[in-house]
Order: sequence, then structure tokens, then C-alpha cells
Amino acid sequence: MDFVAAEQELLIEIQKVTYSYGYGDVLKDVSFPINSKDFLAIIGPNGSGKTTLLKIILGLLKPRLGKVKIMGKTIEEFADWKKIGYVPQKATHIDSLFPVSVKEVVAMGIQSSRRFQRRTREEDSCISRALQQVGMEEYKSRRIGNLSAGQQQRVFIARALANHPKILMLDEPTTGVDAQTQEHFYDMLHRLNREEGITIVLITHEVGIINKHVAQVACLNQTLVYHGSHDEFCRSDEFKRMLADGHHLVSHHH
Amino acid sequence: MEALFLYGFFQRAFLAGFFIAIACALLGIFLILRRDAMIGHGLAHVAFAGVALGLFLNVMPLAMALFMAVVASWIIMKLKVKAGLHGDTAIAIFSSVGFALGILLATLSQSFNVDLFSYLFGEILAIETSEVVFSIVLTFVVVLLVVVNYHKFMYMTFDRESAKASGIKVDRLDGLLTVLTAVTVVLGMKVVGILLVSALVVIPAAAGLQVASSFKQAIVLSTCISITSVVLGLVLAFLLDLPASSSIVLLSFLAFGILFVFRRARG
Repeated sequence: MDFVAAEQELLIEIQKVTYSYGYGDVLKDVSFPINSKDFLAIIGPNGSGKTTLLKIILGLLKPRLGKVKIMGKTIEEFADWKKIGYVPQKATHIDSLFPVSVKEVVAMGIQSSRRFQRRTREEDSCISRALQQVGMEEYKSRRIGNLSAGQQQRVFIARALANHPKILMLDEPTTGVDAQTQEHFYDMLHRLNREEGITIVLITHEVGIINKHVAQVACLNQTLVYHGSHDEFCRSDEFKRMLADGHHLVSHHH
Repeated sequence: MEALFLYGFFQRAFLAGFFIAIACALLGIFLILRRDAMIGHGLAHVAFAGVALGLFLNVMPLAMALFMAVVASWIIMKLKVKAGLHGDTAIAIFSSVGFALGILLATLSQSFNVDLFSYLFGEILAIETSEVVFSIVLTFVVVLLVVVNYHKFMYMTFDRESAKASGIKVDRLDGLLTVLTAVTVVLGMKVVGILLVSALVVIPAAAGLQVASSFKQAIVLSTCISITSVVLGLVLAFLLDLPASSSIVLLSFLAFGILFVFRRARG
């Protein structure tokens, strides 16, 4: 599973990022690149700074030291945020009382930059297409609060996809989801990566999830413990150490 | 009943009430979904201090109320962000301090009289033309700003973090929403008085949210309920010699009750 390096461009540069929450550094001197068409899993134990790093990349948090460059621009300069699709952790948020349909949720991603109401036909087709890509087209008129967590997750992915992002960043997208759903989920991400050329960056604390689709791995534990190809990682000492430490294993039988 | 509309005072009350009802419903939807429904209550009490100060200094009370409500709303927001003070704590503090200040000023200026009472309980049927114009203009400003930022408000209310990640300046828009709330509270004060303005902001919106299946529906429904409550309340107040403010609020509560039961029955 090796992508040809020549076709890739540098999308995100993480340079010596350090972040503390007040009780100590949760991220220390982390540097690595994310290239286009990567399928990167950011792994590490709970509290290792994975979500923090993601939030720093998204501009939601500011690092104490170091910086992040997105497509050549610093976070402050970068304005094309639609190019980065963000799918937050399931645990956060959604108010089931909020009167909004699946279609409206997906539309939020597109419409929020505009002032007045009307959606163009082209935008409507983007929304339909995004829903089809995640297999949620038939649910488009359902209220978001009436869906299962897994279905909601897929709607949020569609919301990110509707903007034709270059990168999709997912935070623990399959925690608590059954094995078969997980399987379908990763197949979908794989399709997006291979067929649409979308860079996938996903955070997980489940070591075993880095399955046949993941091509690169960044292992965080406050510092960057490892960054490189998935195959090499599986042969590495770090991986063996993580298994020995009893990190959660989800096996995929193919 | 048509004859009612021939009366100047009723025309003025109707006009002001109609437009203010729209602003209240609009803000109410966002406040409820942001879990900020009590802020109207807090700001109304601060507005009371503003009114008392205005009467004390012989400056237009409505303007003083507006000024103090806007300032207080801003401080409450900053306290939440910087000092980590929970919204409801900040509101509780401001609400009681505002009222205490108002009582103090009113006593000092010996204005515990009809003037002050009309602000506390609302006297929409005695509204002057200048106040009607002021109210309509202000409502237009509020509605315009909400409409222009509608999608951003909706996104950040639904999913603040994703909204922020998509480039929406949520902190700035928080500030805008806060100020718009303060303005709407002072507007609503004219219709139902300081003590009940929170109800006018919250109840019609809460009623609409019972049965709406889309955001747009929620807004349309809440606005209709708000307008109907105000207009019907005014009519009843005049015909049956009842206080307008409580008639309006009780009618909106009736609407809420009906829709609440309807929703339960629907399952």
C-alpha cells in the first residue's frame, strides 16, 4: 500500500508544536508532514494529545510553541477552511431537540459562508452526492436527532464532503461502533481516498484499527513517537510496546 | 372589533407590538437552542436599573435601559469566556444586582410612581408615536442582522466547534447575538414590561419548537404565535379591561400548552 511520492503535495506541515493545558505539556515538539492522498492514522493512548493536535491544525487551539502551515499558509493566513473537512468526536454535542433534518445539516457546511437563503441547484446536487457517498440519501428528510450515532456520524461526514474537501479529519470516528459497521465505514473512507483523492487523517486510540486501509501512522504520546508507513510501524518496536501495554485491539479478519 | 383599529392608541400599540413580537420570537429560538433562555430575565432586571437611572437623571429611560442592557450583556458574555463563570451564575448575579440598583435609584429619586410601574408592567396601550417609530426601526435592525447571519447563527448553535473549524468567527457572532438580545429585551419591555419580557422572548419560541420539524418551520411558527399572542392580547386587554402584558403572556402560554399536548399526543 505505497502511494507514489511524486504525485503527492505537502498539504499540512506541523512544525515543533508544543501545547500545554496548564498542568504540563500535552504535546511536545511534534513535527511531521501530511501529504495529499495520505491515509494517516494518528494513534496513541488516551491523553496523548491526539485531539489537541487536531484542534491545533484546525485553528481551534493555539500552540504555545511551534506552528502549523496549511497548503503553505500559516493558520492565521489560511482562509480556505472548507478544504478541510472536520468530523468531530461523537461524544460532543448534538442536541436531539434541534429541529433540523439530515439534509439541512449537510447544507450547513455549504451555506454558512453566504448571507441569503437560496441554495443553487448545483449546491443541492453537492448535498445529494455527499449523502450518496456516505449512504444516507434515503434519510435526507429525517430529523437528525432520530438517527443512530453511527448514522449521525455519517451525516457529519457528508457535511464535510459537500464542500469537496481536500482533507477529511476525523476524530475517533468509530468508537463504540460494532465491527461490521466499522468495516463498512473504513471501506467508505478507502473509496474516498482512492477514488476521489481525498486525504484522510483519522484519530484513534485503537491500535488494531490500523487495518488494511491505513497507509501512514503517526504515533503520539506527548511527543511524536513514530511517523511513517503503516507496514513499517507494524514491524516496529513501538508497535510491539503498545501491544504489550495492552492497548485496545480490534481485529479485522479478511 | 374593527372599530378598535380606528383608535390611534390601538394603532400605535398594534404596530409596535406586531414588529416587536417578530424580534422576540426570532431571538427566542436561538436563545433556547443555545441553552441561554434565562438571559432575557437577567437583562430585563438590568434594564430596570437603566430605566430607574434614566428617570433619576431625567434622561430618556428607554435609551438608558438600552445602554445598560447592552453593556451588561457584553459583560456577562466576557465573564463566561474569560472567567469561566457559568452563564446562569452570571445572569443570577446581574439580575439581582440590576434590580437592587434600580430600587436604590428609584428610592433616591423618589420615582417609585406611575412612571416606574409602567416600565415594570408595560403600558403598550399608552405608547407614543416616537416610541413606535423607535421600536420599528430597532426591530428592523435586529431582524436584518439576524437574517444576514442566519446560516452562521444556525451552524454555530447546532455545532459550535465544527462551525468554528469551518472558519465562522463564532466569538464575534456570540457578541452580536448578545447585543441583539439586549436590544430585543428592551424592545419587548415596551410591550409587556420588565417583569414579563423574558416570557415574551421565550414562550412563543418554546411553543414553536414543540412541533417544528425544521429550523425554518420553527422560526415561522414561533413568529406567528408571538404575533398572534400580542395582537389578541391587546384586543382582549382593551375589550375586557385586562392588563395587556399578562394577557399577551398568558395567551402565548396557552399556545405553548396546546402544542405541548399536541406533540405528546402525536408521540
